Amino acid sequence: MSLLDVENLRVTFPTRQGPAEVVRGVSFSLGRERLGIVGESGSGKSQTGRAILGLTPAPGVTTADRLSFDGIDLRNLGARQWRGLRGKRMSMVMQDPKFSLNPVMPVGKQLMEVLRTHGASRAEAREKSLAMLEAVQIRDPERVFRAYPHELSGGMGQRVMIAMMVVSEPDLLIADEPTSALDVTIQIEVLRILDRLVTDRGMGLIFISHDLRLVSSFCDRVLVMYAGRVVEELKASELHQAQHPYTQGLLNCLPQIDEDRYPLPTLDRDASWAE
Amino acid sequence: MLNVENLEVTFALGADVVRAVRGVSFTVQQGESYGIVGESGSGKSTVLRAICGLAPTSGGRITLDGAELPTPRSPAFYRRVQMVFQDPYASLHPRHTIDSVLSEPLSIQGFDRHDERIEQALEDVGLGAGFRFRYPHQLSGGQRQRVAVARALILEPQIILLDEPTSALDASIQAEVLNLLDRLRAERGLTYVMVSHDLAVISHMCERLLVMQHGLAVEELERADLRGQRAQTDYTRKLLKASAGYTKEDAQA
Amino acid sequence: MTMTRDWLLSDRPVSRRQARLGQIYRTWLDFRTNGLAMFGFLIVLALVLVAIFAPWLAPHDPLLGDLNHTRLLPPLSEGYLLGTDDQGRDILSRLIHGSRITLAVVALVAVIATPVGLLVGTTAGYFGGWVDTVLMRLTDIVLAFPKLILALAFVAALGPGIENAIIAISITAWPPYARLARAETLTIRNSDFIAATKLQGASAARIIWKHIVPLCLSSVIVRVTLDMAGIILTAAGLGFLGLGAQPPQPEWGAMIAGGRNFLVDYWWVATMPGLAIFTVSLGFNLLGDGLRDVLDPKRQK
Repeated sequence: MSLLDVENLRVTFPTRQGPAEVVRGVSFSLGRERLGIVGESGSGKSQTGRAILGLTPAPGVTTADRLSFDGIDLRNLGARQWRGLRGKRMSMVMQDPKFSLNPVMPVGKQLMEVLRTHGASRAEAREKSLAMLEAVQIRDPERVFRAYPHELSGGMGQRVMIAMMVVSEPDLLIADEPTSALDVTIQIEVLRILDRLVTDRGMGLIFISHDLRLVSSFCDRVLVMYAGRVVEELKASELHQAQHPYTQGLLNCLPQIDEDRYPLPTLDRDASWAE
Repeated sequence: MLNVENLEVTFALGADVVRAVRGVSFTVQQGESYGIVGESGSGKSTVLRAICGLAPTSGGRITLDGAELPTPRSPAFYRRVQMVFQDPYASLHPRHTIDSVLSEPLSIQGFDRHDERIEQALEDVGLGAGFRFRYPHQLSGGQRQRVAVARALILEPQIILLDEPTSALDASIQAEVLNLLDRLRAERGLTYVMVSHDLAVISHMCERLLVMQHGLAVEELERADLRGQRAQTDYTRKLLKASAGYTKEDAQA
Repeated sequence: MTMTRDWLLSDRPVSRRQARLGQIYRTWLDFRTNGLAMFGFLIVLALVLVAIFAPWLAPHDPLLGDLNHTRLLPPLSEGYLLGTDDQGRDILSRLIHGSRITLAVVALVAVIATPVGLLVGTTAGYFGGWVDTVLMRLTDIVLAFPKLILALAFVAALGPGIENAIIAISITAWPPYARLARAETLTIRNSDFIAATKLQGASAARIIWKHIVPLCLSSVIVRVTLDMAGIILTAAGLGFLGLGAQPPQPEWGAMIAGGRNFLVDYWWVATMPGLAIFTVSLGFNLLGDGLRDVLDPKRQK
């Protein structure tokens, strides 16, 4: 049985020119695996992730024929039911840790708070938080535990953010560009942490990114989104067999270290892709 | 043409002193495209800012055609050296039309025939005169970056400093902007100094490159060395490997 | 009509003028959706219209009353909608003419205090260092004086009168704008578009005037509009104390002061100008709130 089922997901925002649909009928199902969602800005990939967690910003409206997580229908959950799910069973990692951590509270306290709201005792929470910081490859967990978010570097902050999101051992993690703000060398470390969580704990991961190469090297399956729709679904290992011209174009237009191509192939957007 | 010798840049950050650039030297030949690669905090952008006088130098020399650059830089310097910034959303004034963005450098530097030059610059970067009276918020990221390139070109400089010009853009738009930069260099014999965190972009654009880490120059490579994976230092090798993406090895490490 | 609209909302304006007008029109469309702000705007617009057409609107002479027949008539008396005061003057006519004084105070304070505040704030913020220290300490000093007391001192020194009251209020009004402009400038001065302008060889004056001031202007305008209520009240306060407009000028604060002596028996003499002050202050506050919503650059996409 799959962990998450999404059928015909739509997200609409009202604008002065009438309603704008940013996600237009996305369907997929997710097991305990790594699923990548790739697209350029405006493709609706982030809104898809937010909609699954019921975080579509007002005045946006989400509809779906089916949106179920482990048998729970997510479509008409009340605030209390969402609280029981978000942060406990499903979590989200955002692009920039600076905006997601509380700037006036030490990191350790924030971690403990998550655990405490989920019913751990003080000592338990502290112990578990430290263990979690260690698990995300932070060398000096005691120091980071006491640090404020602004005292951490970008990579460190992102790891803390991941620790925070996975400390309650969620079944589903949605990571929205978790490594885009990071240097390549740190990016690999963060991916390794996410990878472990999937293989060791059997978590389901949705990895949202603009970087097709990175996603395909990391995930099991990839959904390619364009203008609010999934234009192609691929096994990551079969990326080079992509059929859709958009996917091919995305792959080709990247410069390569060991290639000489002048000019670089560009993407001729076809109006029919959006239909 | 452009020579940087033992450049030092130090910032006071509260009580701390941050040595952002520590003794970096390199030479850029006329017509060359020179790359600087590094991760955040490596000081690569600070080098560019120091060249054009936006960051204070605390040591070393920067010379253009053998002559040391005066501080503050003279208006004549800015006719020869221009810069394109990383974030096209931050580098255009939100309340100025493209027309005023492009006409301002012309009036500061006392150029004639504004209308003609502005329309030509917009044609050159592939936008067309129809964009002239739009505001930045009416443009996409790629179009904004084209405007930023047009602004740099309109003073007809010889050297263009490119600070991560495509890292805020989508991959397909990045390709378009890189092609544009390539074409302009070929047409006008421009000299580029380009900073990026992306080895693939640098290897596509630049004949030679400098790898920087923590404010120090790690090593200088030719493009062929990069392609042949012939890096001398561990750090560069690590960068090269990380750029290849996530591998099975990474999972086990 | 639709053609004008399309021309204004065009994504491809073909001239500087079209681009600018289009921008203003879009802001107006945004503003129009805010009901309370529109209400405030209409009040302020009404104030302006009444001030312009005062001589034609006022049914009676605001300065001369008939002491024998029309003294202290209650509101809704025939020909005297809001009643008359102790000099037998029509209160409505006095309010209508008083709107000119109120508007003059508001406009002059805005015209004097806003540029001073903007100039001091942006200069301090842009240059930093000792320039910043000197200018901002000066601002702090002015800010440390209680507004009304300083205004009182000025009026006492220069002599009572509406002109001196305006100068006094302006002198005490600019520091908050300087602080606001400085804070905005600090966030703007390190942005890339300022760096790009420096790289064209632009002078500091040009950068401040053409690049920084336009971005600070909107938040300062919002602040000034919100302060208008306070300025009107300060002017009225000075009038009330007899230090602002001098009798027989129909200044609203002075009118309240005049009605104070017989507030219990003839309530309307003080209440009517009080209501006028209240309405106009409310109008400016609502307008300011609405302007903040449409002008604040941080809210724009």
